[in-house]
Amino acid sequence: MGKRTALYDTHVAAGARLVDFSGWDMPVNYGSQIEEHHAVRRDAGMFDVSHMTVMDLDGAQTREFLRKLLANDVIKLREPGKALYSCMLNEQAGIIDDLIVYYLRDDWFRMVVNAATHDKDLAWIGKQASPFGVKISERDLAMIAVQGPNAREKAVRVLPADARAPALALKPFTALKYGGFFIARTGYTGEDGFEIMLPPAQAAELWQALVREGVAPCGLGARDTLRLEAAMNLYGQDMDENTTPLESGLGWTIAWEPAGRDFIGRKALEAQRQAGAKRRFVGLLLDDKGVMRAHQKVMADGAGEGEITSGTFSPTLERSIALARIPAAGGDAVQVDIRGRLCKAQVVKPPFVRNGKILIK
Amino acid sequence: MSKVPADLKYTKSHEWIKGGSDGSLTIGITDHAQEALGDIVFVEVPQKGRKLAAGEACAVVESVKAASDIYSPVAGEVLEGNAGLSDAPEKINADPYGTWIMRIKPANPADLKALLDAKAYEQVLKDEA
Repeated sequence: MGKRTALYDTHVAAGARLVDFSGWDMPVNYGSQIEEHHAVRRDAGMFDVSHMTVMDLDGAQTREFLRKLLANDVIKLREPGKALYSCMLNEQAGIIDDLIVYYLRDDWFRMVVNAATHDKDLAWIGKQASPFGVKISERDLAMIAVQGPNAREKAVRVLPADARAPALALKPFTALKYGGFFIARTGYTGEDGFEIMLPPAQAAELWQALVREGVAPCGLGARDTLRLEAAMNLYGQDMDENTTPLESGLGWTIAWEPAGRDFIGRKALEAQRQAGAKRRFVGLLLDDKGVMRAHQKVMADGAGEGEITSGTFSPTLERSIALARIPAAGGDAVQVDIRGRLCKAQVVKPPFVRNGKILIK
Repeated sequence: MSKVPADLKYTKSHEWIKGGSDGSLTIGITDHAQEALGDIVFVEVPQKGRKLAAGEACAVVESVKAASDIYSPVAGEVLEGNAGLSDAPEKINADPYGTWIMRIKPANPADLKALLDAKAYEQVLKDEA
C-alpha cells in the first residue's frame, strides 16, 4: 500500500484505475485517458496533484538565498504572488529538480517541487539554506489542478464568494491566498487554469463541487499526454542530474544577467555555453503509425545516435510525438528504432500544442 | 470484474477464439486485456496467407501505454486481418468480444478443443490478480 492523498477514497468511488507513482497510489485514468485529454483541451479537467511537495521558506535572507540556489532569478518577482519556473542545479550544472517558486513577502517564498525528489530536494535545500538562516517548512496541503479553456470560469464558481473576482483577475504565473486556499494561475498542460492548494480536509468537498460544475476528473495518463504535447519536461525522464538545462531545452529558464549573480552551477554552465553543448533537445513527430517511447534509439543522419527521453501518442495530433536528446550536429530527418524497426521521424521545434492550437505543421 | 463470455475459448495470453461453422477461427482480445492496455491507438494485423505456428506472435495491439503482441492460439494460416481497425482501433476497447482482429484456418481443427474454456480462463484471471 502506497501513500494516499486526501482524495484517494474519492478516486476509488469514481472507478479510477490506480497505480504506484513514486510511492503514492494515484489514479492513472477513470475510463478513457484520451477522452480525459480531450476534456482538458476543449473544456475543463482536473488532476489530484496532492503528492507534490509544497515548502515555505522564511527568513530575512530568503531572497538572497534563492538567488544563489536557483538558476532562474527570483529578483524578477516584484509583486507578491508572482511566480517563476526554475531549475535547481548542482555544482556540475546537472539538474537536481525543476520547480515553481512564488514570492509572497520579502521574508516568505513558497516552492513546489516534484514528489519523486522529495527527500533529495529537502536535504539539499536544507543544507544550502543553513548559512542564510532561512527556515524550510514543508506544508501539508492538498492540491487540485483545474485546466482547460473553461477551467478558471468553472473553478471560481466553487470558491468562497469573495475570492471569485480576485481569482479571475489573477494574471498568468501569479497566485493569491484566501483563507486556507492558495490559488495560482499555473499548470502543466499547456492550457489556462488554476492549481489550487488547500487543507486536505476540504479537498474531497472541493473536488465534488468541481465535478458538479462539469469539470472532468483526469488521471496521470492524460497528464502525461497533455504535458508532452505542450513540451513540458518531466524530471527524471527528460532531464536528471546528468543533464544540464542547455541539453534539456531549458536554456530559457537560466537568468544569466546580472553577470555577477553567482548561482550554484553557474561556472560549469558557463563553460558548457562557451564550448557549445554537444547534444540538443528536440521535438520529434513520427511520420508513420506506431508510438515512440522513452529510451528508444534515434539515428541522426550521419551524426550519430541519440535517445527518446519521452514519447507518446498525441490525441490532439493523432500521431506519435516525442522529446529527444540527439547529437547537436545532423539534420531534421531522423530514424527511430521502434521495437526493432527503423521508422522515419521529423525534428520539430516544440511545443506541439498550446491553448488548444496545434503549433506544428 | 471483467467479462468472460461462456461460449468462447481462451488462451493464457488473453486472446478469445470463436470457432466458425466453416472450421475457421475468429480471434480477438479479452475484456481483461483491453482494460489493462488502456486506450488502443494502432493495430497491426497479419497478411492473408501467412502461415503461423502455435504461439507465434502475429499481430500487435498498441495502446498509449504499451505495445502488446497477439499470439496465434494454434498452428494455421491467416484468412484475413480486420482492416477496419485501421480507422477505429478504439472499437476493441468499447467492444472487445464484438471486435475481431484476425481469422485463421487451423492446420488441425481438433486443436480448438485444447484451448481454455470460460471457467478455466476465469481461473487464469483469478491466479493473476
